[in-house]
Amino acid sequence: MAQTDAAGPNWLAPVNAIGRATLSGAASVGKVAVFAGQAIRACLTPRSFPAQILRQLWQVGFLSLPVVGMTIWFTGAALALNVWTGGTRFNAAQAMPQIVGIGITRELGPVLAALMLAGRVAAAMASEIGAMRATEQLDAMTTLSTDPMRYLIAPRLIAGVVSMPLLTLVANCFGIAGGLVVGVQVLDIPPQTYIQNTIDYLQNWDVTSGLIKAAVFGFIIAVMGCYNGLTASGGARGVGRATTQAVVSSAILILAADYLLTSLFSRMN
Amino acid sequence: MVDAAIPKLAWHGVSKHFDGPPVLDGFDLSVEAGRSLVIIGGSGQGKSVSIKIALGLIRPDAGYIAIDGVDFTALDAPSRRQMMGRVGMLFQGAALFDSMPVWENVAFRLLNADRLPRAEARARAIETLDMVRLAPHVADLYPSDLSGGMQKRVGLARAIVGSPEILFFDEPTTGLDPITGSAINALIVDRVRSLGCTAVSITHDLASARTIADEIAMLHRGKVVWRGPAGELDTTDNPYIRQFVDGRTEGPINAEV
Repeated sequence: MAQTDAAGPNWLAPVNAIGRATLSGAASVGKVAVFAGQAIRACLTPRSFPAQILRQLWQVGFLSLPVVGMTIWFTGAALALNVWTGGTRFNAAQAMPQIVGIGITRELGPVLAALMLAGRVAAAMASEIGAMRATEQLDAMTTLSTDPMRYLIAPRLIAGVVSMPLLTLVANCFGIAGGLVVGVQVLDIPPQTYIQNTIDYLQNWDVTSGLIKAAVFGFIIAVMGCYNGLTASGGARGVGRATTQAVVSSAILILAADYLLTSLFSRMN
Repeated sequence: MVDAAIPKLAWHGVSKHFDGPPVLDGFDLSVEAGRSLVIIGGSGQGKSVSIKIALGLIRPDAGYIAIDGVDFTALDAPSRRQMMGRVGMLFQGAALFDSMPVWENVAFRLLNADRLPRAEARARAIETLDMVRLAPHVADLYPSDLSGGMQKRVGLARAIVGSPEILFFDEPTTGLDPITGSAINALIVDRVRSLGCTAVSITHDLASARTIADEIAMLHRGKVVWRGPAGELDTTDNPYIRQFVDGRTEGPINAEV
């Protein structure tokens, strides 16, 4: 006879586990959604902290420029080589500048910039806010008549949404420049031809769609960084766990959002 | 005019549980205006939770907090924030903002809630640092540059900068050597008297409790098991107090190691 416990017969254990995991996942999604709503409301309420917003724009945007710039430059250069090599197989090598331009602006610029930012910024947000929570600094802020949602979270959210499109714009330039250097130095394409081909075939929507994606990714990075920091518990170990979760969850959500937005944009265009 | 019969701060039937047995179980306690109440009790008996509920940092499962007779728990967030302007809190680890210099820590409320100009807020911060016997040059140091005792003084300065009506102290002498602890106790007594505010402290440190309390309440398993004037701490025959004061393992309090 099959053994049973309060949760039912043993053969149902895997079903129970799947059910528990599903409920827990749904609860987490709900909590993040509620938090995101509260964060948006905090951004829209009039009492803002401009100095904090500027500080976060500097931290999230300006200080991320070197790492984002280098990442996209090398990606643009590698993409140029790959497209050239692949393109020669079916006499399409001449389209390399256009493909690099479109690939960088529509996809690689925003996605790689966001993934680099997830590693740098979401981790920093989660660890800073998590450490503040562990040392009662968030409670102290509340007792000093200051709402942490407005003082800490709203500036980070605004900085994420504003900085990401600007970073992506710069990243696009770096990526195309990477392709240009490879095209000119390695493949002997005249620079004027490369630039002209890129400009002629690049459409406004290629850049705009990338910037819209970037703003969404910036929102995801800030929300996941702040949410995981605010919910960190268990001292230093909890802060470490929150930091890891912030990076992993932002990266997965960025890639999922990228697919959804690309799919939406391809229907619109 | 404040009605003398209404306590400054009162917990009314407050209950709270997290996972497991209740931390506070129908907790009733009040403190009159201008008095200093110290809550003592073992670890995990609900002392910190009682203060955090009074500050609105934790929502009770049942019961409410009244400040001057007004149900603080029922207020909306903006009204609660406004009410927070009337209280100050010194946290156990001082909870200073480590990304800011000392003066910005002290002036945090003035800069961000009261929106005072920076120069004026800085002057007020330095003035308040002087009240807790810290030299003006400390204003530009960061919390990581300070000793534990200095951090507590900065925390006290931050708590009193807005001239609060109620001051909370969470384990004010924990982690300090006896001499620095005595200095912090003396500062607390001095500041509470000169501001004329109501004080609520939680501590394990009986020497500290004897120095700063007008009244002492003992908390055990989420309920008040004794309350009386500070002077009666050593004379009462309440078995909980006797066991706690004498530090015995035998008695109604189960020692959990």
